Amino acid sequence: MSVRVKDIPEEMEVVYDFPEAVAKVDTHYCPGCVHGIVHRLVGEVIDELGIRERTIGVAPVGCSVLAYNYFTVDFVEAAHGRAPAMAAGIKRTSPDKVVFTYQGDGDLAAIGTAEIIHAANRGDLLTTVFINNAIYGMTGGQMAPTTLPGMVTTSTPTGRDCAVAGYPVKMSEILAETAGAVYITRETATDIPSIRKTKKAIKRAFLAQMNGLGFACVEVLSTCPTNWHQDPWEAMQWSKEKMTEVFPLGAYKMTDEVKALKA
Amino acid sequence: MAKELLKGNVAFAEAAVRNGLEAYFGYPITPQSEGLEHLSGRLIEEGRVFLQAESEVAAINMVYGAACAGVRVMTSTSGPGLALMAEGLSYIAGSEVPVVIVNMMRGGPGLGNIQPAQADYNFMTKSAGHGDFRPLVLAPSSVQEIIDMVGLAFELAEKYRTLVMIAGDGSIGQMMESAELPPMQPVRETRPDWAVTGAKGREKNVITSLALGAENLERLNLRLQEKLAEVKANEVRYQTYDTDDADLLLIAYGTVGRICTSVVREARKAGIKVGLLRPQTLWPFAEDKIRELAEQARGVLVVEMSAGQMLEDVERAVAGAAPIRFHGRLGGVVPMVDEIMADLKKLDAETK
Repeated sequence: MSVRVKDIPEEMEVVYDFPEAVAKVDTHYCPGCVHGIVHRLVGEVIDELGIRERTIGVAPVGCSVLAYNYFTVDFVEAAHGRAPAMAAGIKRTSPDKVVFTYQGDGDLAAIGTAEIIHAANRGDLLTTVFINNAIYGMTGGQMAPTTLPGMVTTSTPTGRDCAVAGYPVKMSEILAETAGAVYITRETATDIPSIRKTKKAIKRAFLAQMNGLGFACVEVLSTCPTNWHQDPWEAMQWSKEKMTEVFPLGAYKMTDEVKALKA
Repeated sequence: MAKELLKGNVAFAEAAVRNGLEAYFGYPITPQSEGLEHLSGRLIEEGRVFLQAESEVAAINMVYGAACAGVRVMTSTSGPGLALMAEGLSYIAGSEVPVVIVNMMRGGPGLGNIQPAQADYNFMTKSAGHGDFRPLVLAPSSVQEIIDMVGLAFELAEKYRTLVMIAGDGSIGQMMESAELPPMQPVRETRPDWAVTGAKGREKNVITSLALGAENLERLNLRLQEKLAEVKANEVRYQTYDTDDADLLLIAYGTVGRICTSVVREARKAGIKVGLLRPQTLWPFAEDKIRELAEQARGVLVVEMSAGQMLEDVERAVAGAAPIRFHGRLGGVVPMVDEIMADLKKLDAETK
């Protein structure tokens, strides 16, 4: 039966929109990249917690270098790997603000290893969102500290030989060992249930800061279809199957106080 | 305020507290560590922020973050630490946030030693990081002057939203002398409107040194250059001593500048009409004044604790108006009055 146009309501109800904390602009991210998903989750969490007007973000160097364009909160852009130090400088002088860093694996697990470990160990009241896609995306697909053994990248053309290039760095496991960290978890965002779970983790990580508990970090296993040379669907499956083998999911540290938070 | 016996490092630190310093982030390094130690107690006592960072790299990025948050912030270090900070210095310059850094210079290169030196001159005035920028560099020659320059440094940093360095040396940091501290000022109650303070009732503030697109970044650079031109036109500072009738002109800064006042005294006693120009800003540099004085002099003697870094700026300023001689000591050796006198007498004889 043919639909009568006059029966279609002229104005449709909006059932899905941008969170207020996310800017209504196009992003530069590739199709199948997880950055867009996680940006939205961070935005939803900021909205739900009602903290948009007192949140300050710290952007990294890497694919999410322009993250400050995609949120409607105050932002600074750090040097490569230094986001936790910069965030510590902001938080210590603005204790009433909510400060988060958004970092990739090259940023957090290679050049910025010292800064993240010391921020965690000091128990700096920061929330870190850590996107691990096992590769340097922005510079064109070189080996990351988290590149899987045997994985081909533009700087490991015959596959990562761990005897030469070292082993994948497991940051959540390392950060969980620091006394100042209260919540360290590794999540993924490759299907609806895992995206929902990741959002809850991000909310918990913000709440840990807002309740003055200590340092919190949510690692999200991600994708890079462009530099993995896969289509978005393949990349999601590959992340789900291969990355979780090397980087097991789950909370590596969650104090009782964090557990008690209602995320 | 009464005069008291103060060590240079403690003096600059306490002067900063009294000038409303809200936060300090630093890493211990000789010969400036007493500054950090003093602040570790005083700032906490005042309910302000002190944090000992894990490295100079982290320290400067904490400073960068606090500056973005709009507070009066500083750090202090010495050559090897300043080298680690170079990354942050460039980002701070590109982001146009106000920051003050004290560099108590020590002997280099490499680990060098912990004796006083002036071999970071080029580093500070010409090449403090990648890209086109210059910090404004102040050069004190006494404990009193570094106290006074701390207040000036904050004022200039905030006026121009720029990086200001205080170029001290191991001697100024370590020596004790009688000096007067400024009265206690309260910390500022408001933060600048450009700072990241939460996007409440306004559009978001973004502070970044990233400017994609060549024309875009050129525009940013041109604006920086315009600002530096303004600094150059307005902020040149120097002190002259007995230059009115001088046949010979001494040029030296910091500790060496102070030693050269003794050289002037000795030389005058010996019948040599010598004057001294002591730059108080290394950048911007007193090139016009130096040119003017050089034109009236028979010769110029530049004295530094380096292989001749400021010398190049003097040569450019003098531009052939008078012959220039150089006396430099390296590796942390402080030149003595008699050895400078010997060179001065030589210059006197050569140019008669």
